[in-house]
Amino acid sequence: MIETILKKVETIDKKIEVLEKKAKGETKELVDTASVSEEVLEEISEKYGQWDDHTREIEKLKDLREIFLKDMRILAPYEKVYLARHAKRPHIDDFIDGLFTDFFEQKGDHLFDEDKSIFGGIARFHGIPITVVGHRKGHSMEENMEYNFGMPCPEGYRKALRLMNQAEKFGRPIITFIDTPGAYPGMEAEEHGQGEAIAMNLAKMSQYHVPVISVVTGEGNSGGALAIGVANRVLMLENAVYSILSPEGFASILWKDSGRHKEACKLMKLTADDLLEAGVADVIVREPLGGAQRDYGFVMKNLDEALYKNLMDLRKLSPSELKADRQMKYRKIG
Amino acid sequence: MEALRSALTFPARVKRDVGDVLFKKNKEPVFVTCKACGRRALKKDWQNNYYVCPVCGEYRTIGAYYRLSLILDPGSIHELNADMKANDPMYFPEYSEKIAKQRQKTGLEEAAVTVSGKIGGYKVVIIVLDPRFFMGSMSSIVGEKVTRAVEYATKEKLPLIIFSASGGARMQEGIYSLMQMAKTAAAIEEFNASGGLYISFLTHPTTGGVTASFASLGDITLAEPGALIGFAGPRVIEQTIHKKLPQGFQRSEYLEAHGFVDKIVERSQMRDTLLQLIKLHSK
Ligand SMILES: [Zn+2]
Repeated sequence: MIETILKKVETIDKKIEVLEKKAKGETKELVDTASVSEEVLEEISEKYGQWDDHTREIEKLKDLREIFLKDMRILAPYEKVYLARHAKRPHIDDFIDGLFTDFFEQKGDHLFDEDKSIFGGIARFHGIPITVVGHRKGHSMEENMEYNFGMPCPEGYRKALRLMNQAEKFGRPIITFIDTPGAYPGMEAEEHGQGEAIAMNLAKMSQYHVPVISVVTGEGNSGGALAIGVANRVLMLENAVYSILSPEGFASILWKDSGRHKEACKLMKLTADDLLEAGVADVIVREPLGGAQRDYGFVMKNLDEALYKNLMDLRKLSPSELKADRQMKYRKIG
Repeated sequence: MEALRSALTFPARVKRDVGDVLFKKNKEPVFVTCKACGRRALKKDWQNNYYVCPVCGEYRTIGAYYRLSLILDPGSIHELNADMKANDPMYFPEYSEKIAKQRQKTGLEEAAVTVSGKIGGYKVVIIVLDPRFFMGSMSSIVGEKVTRAVEYATKEKLPLIIFSASGGARMQEGIYSLMQMAKTAAAIEEFNASGGLYISFLTHPTTGGVTASFASLGDITLAEPGALIGFAGPRVIEQTIHKKLPQGFQRSEYLEAHGFVDKIVERSQMRDTLLQLIKLHSK
């Protein structure tokens, strides 16, 4: 299971960090070795014996890390779900920092509320003004509570619509980031028209005359994901998943047993490869071995290239061609 | 019943629709017991009451063709894309067997029945989702049939009426089911842009992806009394908020009170209400 391998790799990461600091003589800044799992270290030294100097030890650890990472070249769908939900995975604020400049946040639906599970505003991408909208997950438990774990209420979708309508008005391309367990299934969300809000976004997004590019960065579940995902091009990070429902929900509906979620993952065809085959995803953006959380820079560089290339391609289309191109993408499915 | 005369176009299907509702295994040849109030009433009284319990007013599920027979002028029905059959885009285990079972049970090829026909002489396009077929769930063929019917209404400049009923997504079709939301919503928005009248009629139950796409995009939204209407199902909401939902939550009357439904329309008033609205929109 990927979780165990990742833990080993992370232990090696820490050990290498400590050794590198030792080698540089930065003993004061030694990372707390207690946090390194003793079990794994033992396993490693059993395999490789004792080391005489730091440099050799570092080399050996790096070799070992390579071996573990190579184990993660091909992942089962449920392992991708694990990575897609990884707490340290880059989130929308990281993508905005990494890809855009001049970001100006726009808050609220200007009707009723400010839903923090949707984040967005205006920014520049390679100098071009764009509108960015996406689901927001937090980096800590407090943040996640504040952002409702990236599960929007109707107000969030209406904020997204407000921002996107402005993009249409000012002729700005729209870039959306999808990462949500789904729309929030709460009482107030229902009372305020969750279905209407999502439906309206789908309808209006089909009409825009500007380029729309969606990036599935983590998990994209249900209509709650699609509500900001009607795009000319759908990019998926290599380990992102996109599906009708969470695997747990899927298993619970189909077999009345959410515990069978791993089995569900296999059947659901939710990986980037599956979505590419289905014609939903257009581009797969590579992640480092072991997942995006291991190297943000690697992901940003690849995503930047893919976004730029696709945006340039789309800018060659006329406004009416952009609309027709987007409608055709979905018209062809099913 | 006068309206039933239009059934002549689909005699076998309508008979089957009605039979499916009331004459299950013919166990109750004269009286029919209401599932809601437990009281018995004459079969004839049920029929004359459009399959609404003559005692307590509980709405029974009716089939698509029977519903159409209550609305359309006799002999005016023309079915669109009747030969489109449910398919299995993900080769999902046991799905094709389940489709066969649904087909056998209902006599339908998919959950959506799409027709053109006339109401009081006005030509219209009507889409009915039949909750007896896989709970009216959104499949790729449901999405395709709905889209084609909407496109037909756009092209022919006809009023569009959709009777929604859906348990949500067709799980066995995964992402293909999800993408039908985008496809159908786009078709409705194009119809909308062309100036056509779309009446969305919500029946029990309308939930999930259907609620979050075409069902919520009507110019006029009507609902049958007591229908469950929402995006998330009540069970999921209760699991999320760890509370029991109040009585009547997500029912037609609740939605009307919260500003999402123009009018709740009794089954007996269905045809007259539609005709009134069509006349109000005709030049
Ligand atoms: Zn009754």
